This record gives sequence, structure tokens and C-alpha cells, in this order.
Amino acid sequence: MALDAEEPDRRDFLVLAAGAFAAVGGAMTLWPFIQQMNPDAGAQALASIEVELSPVKEGQAITVLWRGKPVFIRHRTPEEIKAATAVPMDALVDPLARNDALPEDTPATDLNRTKDGHENWIIMVGICTHLGCIPKGQSMGDSKGDFGGWFCPCHGSHYDTAGRIRKGPAPRNLEVPVYNFVSDTKIKIG
Amino acid sequence: MSGHESTYEPTTAFGKWLDARLPIVRMVHAQAVDFPTPRNLNYWWTFGGILSFCLVAQIVTGIVLAMHYQPSAELAFDSVERIRRDVNFGWLLRNLHAVGASMFFLAAYIHIFRGLYYGSYKAPREVLWIIGVLIFLAMMATAFMGYSLPWGQMSLWGVTVITNLFSSLDSIWKGLGTTIVEWLWGGYSVSGVTLNRFYALHYLLPFVLAGLVGLHIWALHVVGQNSPTGLDIKTKSDSVPFTPYATSKDAVGMFAFLLLFCWFAFFLPDYLGHADNYIPANPLVTPPHIVPEWYFLPFYAILRAIPSKLGGVIAMFGAIAVLFFVPWLDTSKVRSTKYRPLYRWFFWLFAFSCLALGWLGSKPAEAEYVFWARVFTFYYFAHFLIVMPLVGWFETPLKVPGSITEAVLGKDKGAKLAPAKS
Repeated sequence: MALDAEEPDRRDFLVLAAGAFAAVGGAMTLWPFIQQMNPDAGAQALASIEVELSPVKEGQAITVLWRGKPVFIRHRTPEEIKAATAVPMDALVDPLARNDALPEDTPATDLNRTKDGHENWIIMVGICTHLGCIPKGQSMGDSKGDFGGWFCPCHGSHYDTAGRIRKGPAPRNLEVPVYNFVSDTKIKIG
Repeated sequence: MSGHESTYEPTTAFGKWLDARLPIVRMVHAQAVDFPTPRNLNYWWTFGGILSFCLVAQIVTGIVLAMHYQPSAELAFDSVERIRRDVNFGWLLRNLHAVGASMFFLAAYIHIFRGLYYGSYKAPREVLWIIGVLIFLAMMATAFMGYSLPWGQMSLWGVTVITNLFSSLDSIWKGLGTTIVEWLWGGYSVSGVTLNRFYALHYLLPFVLAGLVGLHIWALHVVGQNSPTGLDIKTKSDSVPFTPYATSKDAVGMFAFLLLFCWFAFFLPDYLGHADNYIPANPLVTPPHIVPEWYFLPFYAILRAIPSKLGGVIAMFGAIAVLFFVPWLDTSKVRSTKYRPLYRWFFWLFAFSCLALGWLGSKPAEAEYVFWARVFTFYYFAHFLIVMPLVGWFETPLKVPGSITEAVLGKDKGAKLAPAKS
């Protein structure tokens, strides 16, 4: 250890520059090895699908696969819509709409989770926000949970008829993907 | 290492030539033959050798299974069935490998509880213990990825649930968890891409394990073995050479263990697995009741006991992380629980809690099961964070014998054999 402070010389500069060069070079070399694990362009390209809704009658539901994830499409009955709109906001576990088409802080009203004029359709990613199971409630015989919507059997999360978490360990409402009605009976997801 | 001389003397010309260039035979002789072993080791000490055997057996059966396995979403399930039905002796190799994973964990849990009971984590064995916890973690990662490979329903949904644990980080920093999970998956859901990378890592990790085991044994041979009395070797009469004494005792333990191993491999090969894993993976249907393999059940029960997603994940990882600190959490000066009349009760309560959590983890997450899971989760952590520091403080330990020899032969005879010269 030098007791008296010396002026930085050429050697100090070289050591620092070489160290910095090695660090940046190391990080740049590491990057491809990390990035190779991310979803590639092929996976990203499967981003949008079109779905014909006319065969789905009131009270029925279908599940389609989008980006490898199941998407729940339910044709809700007037009673189900009424049940969803009647829920006061302070009864919700997660007050946010979780609708990818709307700003993040949008409240989770039934209207904000559906499309204006198409409130009879609820369209959501059918993956429990707890640990990724597929909730029950799409088929006729399924348990629909305490709130008439969906029920995740893995760890007991109950969702209402607007896909909002009401009871159980899931932290968020089911995600509403970006979708549009291309005609009255056809939607494009993604 | 361990301050003992190797008695190896090369006799052949080649032996002398090699010894002067690479004294590898001398090292093996010193560590596997001359190594001084406490004379009072009981059969709980044979599990180190059994575990080494398990690792080698998994690597050998795994390498040959890899010659027949196809790591793709389309072919994986059928290739495993082909191994079981068509490949020559495939049924045997696959059963040995699948049952072997369970046996590996059974032996590891016995080994860990033996260490906890006899205080094998205390100074100067802290590093030895910490390497052991790292081995346990690497074993869990290897087993988890291995279970995904048959690509049945439990494989797919087990991977989905466990990788989704990381999505809980979204509540700390928005998007962080999702980014990590999609990076792990290589897509927007668990798919064949995920399976392929898990296969690569499942092949890699056992060799990392082998490296860690090498360090574990090295650390053991530096500080020497603990013993049921918790006493170190002080005089020559406290110890016997590793070969033939420990090696033959290990062999007896190993054969007993192999009987159990073979009983499962030949007669109950699927008993420890889940029937749903014979249904091909289907991303549109979740099995009604997702359960991990039995050896993860206590941790799964802890995960589900906490009513918040992030909290549950923290508790589950915390349950393993707390093990790293055990050498410093236990404040007692006495190593072996044999001489700790009060702590002994808490030790068995802890063992019971772990078994109870395991049972609760196999049950659905419903009312009374969740209640009891919370009770035992509380005790799991309380044991390490409250009981270990406090009991060590309060407790009056029983009188510890003066030496290993004295413990084995009684005070008079022991004193004769081990004169007070040391």
C-alpha cells in the first residue's frame, strides 16, 4: 500500500481500461446465452387468431388456444350479466379491470371487462392468476365456484361471472386479452 | 487432510514411478483406507455411502435412458412408453431411475435428520453442512426437471405451477416475474421448448451434484466425522481405520437399503408416482388435484399454507434457506441430542411436523387441512428461529463422556485404553 497518494499513471489507466474492456466484453458474450432462452420470433408470430362466435349459444362456452394459452369465451345469460354488474366495487379482491386494451388503473366493472355493445361475451385468458392452472367452469358439468363463474381446483380460487377473483389465493382477476369484433359474430384475439 | 499419515508404500516399480509423478493412489489410500473413523458410528452413518451410490446409480441409468428418450412435446410421452415396453431391459432401467429418485431423497432426508440430531452442523463442520444444503437444492432442481420429462399431465402441470412461482415477483416489480417466467418457458406457456431445455439441464445438473459431493467429502475429510456422542477423535483408541471397519459397515447398510430399493423397483415401480402422469400432457385440461412427488410435499404444504401468493413462495424458499443458518441458530455447546434432554423433545416434534406437512401436502387445500398446515408451518420455522437459539441457552445438558472410547467401553476400561497422555 502506497502511503503517499501518487498521481495516477499510465499503468493505472491501462489496468482500469483493460478491466472495463473485459467486463463489457464478458457481458456482451453472456447476452446471447441468456437471450436464446426467450420466446423467439416464431413463438411471437403466433400472436393473433380469429374465432367465429355464432355456434356458441347463450349459456354455452368455448375454449380456444391462443399463444399456447387457453382463452375462455363464454356467452353469458342475462342473469349472469346482472350478477356481474350488481357486484359493488368494494367487494372485489382486485379492483383493477386487467383488460389489456384499457389503461392499467381502469376499475374492474363488468363493462370494463367486456366490449361495449357485446356485454353478453366475456373473453379472458383461462389461466388462474395464482399458479397457472386452468379453472373449471367452461363445461356444463363443471363446478363454477361460489360465484357462478369459474373455480380453480388446484388451490381453490373462485371467480365470478366477469372472471374477477372473489375468494381464494389468486391475486388478480383473469386477464382480458386485446381483441376486437371484426363482425358481429367474429372476433380477432391478439 | 485430517492430520493422518498415509501408510501407503508403493511396492511395484510402476507404483513408485507413478507415486513420484501423481500420488493419486496414495491419496485414495489415505482417504479411503487409513482415514480415522470414530469407533462408535451407528448405522445412521452409512447413509453418506448410500447416497454416493444413489448418485452414481442415477447417472448410469440416466445416461442409458437418454439413448432412447426424445425430448420433444410430440415424442416424449411415447418414447418413455417405448422404453418401458420395447427397449431391451428398458422396463428395468426406467424403473431403477424413477424409483432411484425417490430412494435418493429418502436417503438424503435420513442423512439430513441424522445431521440435525447429532449436531453435525456445529463448528467446525459449518461449511460441510452448507455444502450439504447446496447438494439438497441441486437434487431438488434435478428431480423437478426429471419429473417433467415423461410429459404426462403431472409433468406439464407440475412444471406450470412451479415455474409460475416466479410470477409472484410481479407484485414486487411489475413485469419482472412475467419476464422471468417467459424466459424460463421460451414462450407464453409451458411447451415442448421448455421440455427440451429442462432435458438439457437435467443431464447437466447431476454432474454439478457430483462436483458438490466431491467438495462435501473433501470438507468432511478435513474436519473429520462427527459421532453419536458428538465428540471428536482425541486419541488413537477413539478411532478405527476407514477400511475395513467403516467400509464393511457401509456395505451392510447398503445391502439393507438395496433390498428396499429393489422391492420398489421390481414390485411397486409406480407406487411412489402419480397415476395421472400416464395421461399425455394436455395444455387445456388441469388435473383435478395437482400434487408433486412425495419428497416435495412438505414444501408444497408450506407454499399453500400462506394465504398470499408471494408470501407462500417466500415461505417455501425460506424453509430451505433457513437450513443454511442452522450452525449459528443452535446456541447449545453440546453437539449430540443424546445429551440434550429438553431439545430431544423439540427435535422429535420437528420431525413429526415435517411428516405431518408431507401428509397435508398430499391433501386438497381445504379448510382443516390448511389450518393444520399453518400450525405445522409455524412450528417448522419456530423450531429453527425460536427453539434452537433459546433451548441451547436454557437447557442443562446431561454429562457428556470424556471421550469416544469412554462412551463405548465405560469409564474404567476407557481410561485404561486411552491413557491421559494426549
